[in-house]
Amino acid sequence: MSKGVLVDVSRCIGCRSCMVACKTWNDLPATKTEFTNNWDAPGKTDAYNWTVVNYHLIEQGDQVKWRFVKRQCMHCDEPACESACFTHSFVKTKEGAVIYKPTELNQDYCVGCRYCMVACPFGVPSFQWDKSLPYVQKCRFCYDRMKEEGLKPACVTACPTGTLKYGEREELLKEAWQRINSNPNYIKRVYGEKEYGGTSWLYISDVPFDEIGLKTTAYGKPVSEKSIPSYTWNVLKWTPYIFVGWGAILTALNFYTKRRDEVHHHEDMYEAVNTIEEKKDE
Amino acid sequence: MQKSWSFKLTPFRYLLIGLVGIAIVVALARLVFGLGAVTNLSDEWPWGLWIGFDLLCGIALAGGGFSTALIVHVLHKEKYLPIARAALLTSLIGYVIALVSLLMDIGRWTNCWRPFFYWGFHSVLFEVFWCISLYTTVQVLEFGDIFFERVKIGPLKNILSKAMVPLTILGIVLPTLHQSSLGSLYIVTVDRLNPLWWSMIIPFFFVWSAFFLGPAMVTIEGTLAARAYNRKPETEVFSSLTKVTMCMLIVYFIVKMIDLNYRGVYSMAFNGSFESNMFLVEMIVFVLVPIFMYAIPAIRNTQWGVFTASVLVVVGVVFNRMNVVFTGMAQSAGGHYFPSIWEWLITLGMWSALALAYLFVVENFPILVKEDHEQEGLSSGKSVSTGRSVEA
Repeated sequence: MSKGVLVDVSRCIGCRSCMVACKTWNDLPATKTEFTNNWDAPGKTDAYNWTVVNYHLIEQGDQVKWRFVKRQCMHCDEPACESACFTHSFVKTKEGAVIYKPTELNQDYCVGCRYCMVACPFGVPSFQWDKSLPYVQKCRFCYDRMKEEGLKPACVTACPTGTLKYGEREELLKEAWQRINSNPNYIKRVYGEKEYGGTSWLYISDVPFDEIGLKTTAYGKPVSEKSIPSYTWNVLKWTPYIFVGWGAILTALNFYTKRRDEVHHHEDMYEAVNTIEEKKDE
Repeated sequence: MQKSWSFKLTPFRYLLIGLVGIAIVVALARLVFGLGAVTNLSDEWPWGLWIGFDLLCGIALAGGGFSTALIVHVLHKEKYLPIARAALLTSLIGYVIALVSLLMDIGRWTNCWRPFFYWGFHSVLFEVFWCISLYTTVQVLEFGDIFFERVKIGPLKNILSKAMVPLTILGIVLPTLHQSSLGSLYIVTVDRLNPLWWSMIIPFFFVWSAFFLGPAMVTIEGTLAARAYNRKPETEVFSSLTKVTMCMLIVYFIVKMIDLNYRGVYSMAFNGSFESNMFLVEMIVFVLVPIFMYAIPAIRNTQWGVFTASVLVVVGVVFNRMNVVFTGMAQSAGGHYFPSIWEWLITLGMWSALALAYLFVVENFPILVKEDHEQEGLSSGKSVSTGRSVEA
């Protein structure tokens, strides 16, 4: 019963209600914005902006289109952050949310190594750089609303245009394909269906995904459809065998080339260098 | 004849002590005010100088410990005994540096003991953390064997001597695992790290390069120590060790080429981008050139030749780690990162502390080979090597 949200980019008007709702529900402090050359303010999610709406001006032939894309944690089915964390500080809940346990469940054993940030293919987890003992922060899918009160995430509730739809991931996926197949304007792809093993947040769009900031290729190749933990596990699973096997080989080698202890007496061989002594001698 | 503890203070050492002092102050400020106040790290660049240089390179540079241990204590190539202790010492200090930089770098440092109790075994970092902690312990015990030659506590020395064989083997298995897992850390950066460096066999490249770096590091360190203490460098030992390094460099190069070809990114090395140029420099200057220098006896057998080639190998491994952490990640990370003055000061202080610790230990503990036996030792070492190689 993993939940998800379907984001229909073609319906978004860029009102940013979702950002405000997120801030309000989660008691996030306001951040000072700056004038920049684009319309994003702020442009990227960080520790105090768990969701942002990015503005994209798309030129198609002689047509110019505005598209607005809400970004937040994608809540991967098999999250890279969870597999990267060596203190179990992230968990994918059965409801579908990927949550950070130190702040969500008061299980405070995160050491702040930030490997989750290195690992996340979407660059989502953020650090409280202004704190002396910082936490990692990111969208938590309003896990508290979802779990205890059966409510939709704050952003979905606030959306006035039906851009965001909350529900069972599987059903949303069906609906997404229905919309795509019934309207030729849509790109024939649900972003999040397969990317990095699938995510709880699904995007459909009438303009190409890479033009609205959703990563579809990396270094000239399509992004991976395998989950990131499956890569690491392919390597990690060998650890015990290497430990035992290599240890056995070394032990065998050690006995095979057995040293004759009487040849070298370490105490006679080495000595401390003493510069003061040398000075005196001179 | 027991000399008293000694540490002669020279102007250079005062400078080092000063740098350590400054670093301690900055480190305290960092622990109190947090990472953001002291470093230039950001959400785009969560890992910077301390992880990239002090940890990844510090650990790699400490590779001399396990490769020498393998050659000397497991394969019993005893002609290399003269360098064994110095290698162990540098390695131990390198690991302490790595642990300190790790403590500096973790944001919630008051939780630094937690990973011992919450086992995130699906994380590569878990393996790195445990192996580094355990291996540092093993090295301290290995060093204990030397320590108790100076500080005579009979029973402890005896216990340690008996444990030496299993400790030595553990002291090779653990670093093998985590040198490779330092590479595995970057497996997780699928689609983020440039494919010239990202590979499923990056763990192999890391452990292999840490191993061949060992003899080169020992050469540099031995040459510097010889110069500092007006001793005769063990050039013969060093140039003989080059065989190990050269063969491993060749294998490294071939595997690298096969890997690039297999993943179909060979052409990326020549597309003229910044990344591709850095990669070419890494491969040509720091892999191919040392191979040729080691291959030519006229270069290999001279002191400057073996030293220069070794410097290239060591710098090359550092260069490789830097490429993985910074160059290869730059495109996907966006933003920019350059370490702040405070990050530099802490790094400088840590490496100064390393130098001071090394100087203190070699001047007070039996680490380097006895000088007055030098001539004898070298010639007998020669006969030992020729005489024994038949047996071994």
